[in-house]
Amino acid sequence: MTTTAQQPGVGTPRRQVQSQAFWRRILKRPEAGALGGAVLVFLFFYIIAPPFRQVPAFTTVLYQASTIGIPAVAVAMLMIGGEFDLSAGVAVTTSSLAAAIFATKVVDSIWIGVAFALVFSLAVGALNGYLLIRTRLHSFLVTLGTFLMLQGLNIAITKLITGNVATGDISQMAGFSLGQAIFASNFTFGGVQISIAIVYWFLFAALATWVLLRTKVGNWIFAVGGQGDSARAVGVPVRRVKIGLFMLVGFSCWFLAMHLLFAYDTVQSGAGIGNELLYIAAAVVGGCLLTGGYGSAVGSALGAFIFGMTTEGVIYADWDPDWFQFFVGAMLLLATVVNSWIRERAMRGK
Amino acid sequence: MAEKSTPIIEMKGVGKNYGNINALRGVNLTVRRGEVTCILGDNGAGKSTLINIIAGLFQHSQGEYLVDGEAVQFSSPREALDRGIATVYQTLALVPLLPVWRNFFLGSELTKGRGLFQRLDIATMWEQTGDELHRMGIALEDLEQPVGTLSGGQRQVVAIARAVHFGARVLILDEPTAALGVAQSGLVLRYISAAARDHGVGVIFITHNPHHAYMVGDHFMVLQRGEVDLDAARSDLTLENLMFHMAGGAGLSALEHELHGKHNEGQPTLEGTAST
Repeated sequence: MTTTAQQPGVGTPRRQVQSQAFWRRILKRPEAGALGGAVLVFLFFYIIAPPFRQVPAFTTVLYQASTIGIPAVAVAMLMIGGEFDLSAGVAVTTSSLAAAIFATKVVDSIWIGVAFALVFSLAVGALNGYLLIRTRLHSFLVTLGTFLMLQGLNIAITKLITGNVATGDISQMAGFSLGQAIFASNFTFGGVQISIAIVYWFLFAALATWVLLRTKVGNWIFAVGGQGDSARAVGVPVRRVKIGLFMLVGFSCWFLAMHLLFAYDTVQSGAGIGNELLYIAAAVVGGCLLTGGYGSAVGSALGAFIFGMTTEGVIYADWDPDWFQFFVGAMLLLATVVNSWIRERAMRGK
Repeated sequence: MAEKSTPIIEMKGVGKNYGNINALRGVNLTVRRGEVTCILGDNGAGKSTLINIIAGLFQHSQGEYLVDGEAVQFSSPREALDRGIATVYQTLALVPLLPVWRNFFLGSELTKGRGLFQRLDIATMWEQTGDELHRMGIALEDLEQPVGTLSGGQRQVVAIARAVHFGARVLILDEPTAALGVAQSGLVLRYISAAARDHGVGVIFITHNPHHAYMVGDHFMVLQRGEVDLDAARSDLTLENLMFHMAGGAGLSALEHELHGKHNEGQPTLEGTAST
């Protein structure tokens, strides 16, 4: 045959398109809505709450945001991979309890306690992932189960071992000051006290972004959440990716747990309930799709930042702190609507 | 037309049983470089069984399946793929929300750097995706756009181009035009032709549509109830002839006879002619 495939007269413009439509590309990013939201919330409290305008207030906001943002980064990656983790909130408490109880009642060493908690948290994550794959249930159900189990265990085991609902003070143990320096220290920068948790939060968000957008594993995470069967068909190890993501959430819970343990010396066994929804909300406000395959780590950080501003803003504005919950809910609804609008535009290729 | 070279795939008297059920009998099939072999047939005619044997999903029960002249018995699609036999299923194995270039290289990503610094080689993947698609005659405005924004035909072409890029010598296309409109089907047919003529890929094109088949095919096989009803080269066949076989062949004549002629006593005619 002499006729070859007709080549349409248009050449592929390729990379020029990228620079040409730079600002459009920004608008198409999953976190675009969260960025706009963060600016609006900031302006809102800046206007109505004068104490909010000071720099120390801003670092308090960032600190508050970091305690949501550290797990939220991992939760966002998990959601991009198409799964939920409802156990993340209590898993933080479980992890700090495990460290404190193991360190004080079992081995009398802070570092072994910390290591034990890490192993335990990773195991909880792996268990979530394994159950999900074995049972083929929705992760909502699986992690609702582990959530309730952990919530019960937290209080029951603590009571059983310490005879109390809180663990003993660990601040007198050897190695505490080093642990505190690593996980919960403050430093002064430009005349303001800044918690190291904020630095870790930024670091994790940056790392997660790099992994998601620049590595093979990141590509797999998007694919596994977007269309698991297709991903499997081209050789992506879907199960390993999912279990790995649950373990990553476990790691982030452990990290926050160690921060809280070394910052407050003791752990309340009933703490953490409800925070899992804040992590998910932060990820969703940041552009994660409930159905998976879409979202960003930076978005989750912006979501956490919005919630941090709201928590503190409500206080600075002298309102009842209960307004916070109302705001979280309203923001979640608004963000979901805005994000889906942005995504539709992106999908139409506009 | 490509000269007769050694066939990549050769099947001799291949059949498949599921327990007592005989799903496929006596299939002879030859796939050569640069040739398009069309497999047509009604639902349940045995097309899927045949392609699943070729693709390594099932094993044949009778006959011989030769690849490059060597008898094979694949135990997984992976093995078939390693011999250069790739299947593009209707689901296409694409992820709609993922950009075109990420889909193209999904599972076979190119990287640079080592260890912890190993990262995607985005520039090269862009380049190769663009080149490959352009070469096959589709020019996308933006490779960063999600695959879900492409038309059905373009998606099909991306999936085919991906298989060719990753070294397919034989491409099994499972009803690629089934869900497409006229213009979109044209795009895919043009590409099937390009893959065969320009890239020397042997194509096995499974379809319901004799018009589509006749447009690109070099060789035609019509399956009916697990048996070969027609096996002919393009030069020995007219479109009318192909359509006649595709529409049911002798069975259809019998049906026509039954509907318009008088009743044959007792046994329905259709059944009588089809089973031998």
